[in-house]
Amino acid sequence: MDHTPFIVGAYTIGFIVLLWNAVAPLYKRKTIARDIRRLIQIEERSIDSDS
Amino acid sequence: MTEETRTETKPRKNAFVLFIHKLGSPPWFYGFAGKLIPWLWLIFGVLAAWGLYLGLVKAPTDYLQGESYRIIYLHVPSAWMSWMIYAVMAGLGFINLVWRIRITEILAMSSAPIGAAFTLVALASGSLWGRPTWGTYWVWDARLTSELVLLFLYLGVIGLYNAIDEPRKAARAACLLALVGVVNLPIIHFSVKWWNTLHQPSSISFTSGSSSIDPSMLWPLLIMATAVKFYYGASLLARARVKLLEQDKRKTWAKNVIREGR
Repeated sequence: MDHTPFIVGAYTIGFIVLLWNAVAPLYKRKTIARDIRRLIQIEERSIDSDS
Repeated sequence: MTEETRTETKPRKNAFVLFIHKLGSPPWFYGFAGKLIPWLWLIFGVLAAWGLYLGLVKAPTDYLQGESYRIIYLHVPSAWMSWMIYAVMAGLGFINLVWRIRITEILAMSSAPIGAAFTLVALASGSLWGRPTWGTYWVWDARLTSELVLLFLYLGVIGLYNAIDEPRKAARAACLLALVGVVNLPIIHFSVKWWNTLHQPSSISFTSGSSSIDPSMLWPLLIMATAVKFYYGASLLARARVKLLEQDKRKTWAKNVIREGR
């Protein structure tokens, strides 16, 4: 029995899962940064209209 | 009391206690974690490359299992991490339930997806190792089943945390579930001793210092086991930073972080 597909399969799954786990917070941060930027804009607009 | 004696009797915090106090401040933690993360990734990268080179290229072929044993350089460190992260998560959960320290709940809840990822890798790689070694991908053996229960516990903690809107209440409920699930850890560890399992008993003993693995195969395993600790550190801090930013998005410090592009 050739063991190569099992070894390659195991390391591929491991690589994908651990890479996704490492990259996921970066994507989430982008979304949150967008939300915060929107909040800052709303805040600045309300300050402008008050003045 | 004079000014002089008051200065003398004032309790002085040592550096470690000060550091712990600082960790409780979200802006300080955010900045500190940001500085640490690249170094943790770098150490992980170097150790993983070294461990994989030794394990996949330099280590000899096993005379019984052939080449398939090389899966252990992914499977064993992942399985160890799945147990360790659960213990850390439960420990942080306990601290959070008793002392209500916010950063501990952030770290506990950030640990859950990382632990789930390692458990999934341990189960998948173990299954792919089992096919050429045992002739089957899966058996309902005590070690495999208890490891699957661990994955469900992680998913339960993540699900419960996301099901409740108020983050602090959600974290308390999830921490309680994490604490209850600790009972599974000794079951996983001793399953190969308590029951007659297809999964082999531990090949490495840290208590007796004895090992049934040849050093040429053992060293890559230990290097990989160390590498994944740095992966956990980097991934945990990255997730904790994002969670802090998400919860504090209306606060001035979070707005300043985005304004300054940190």
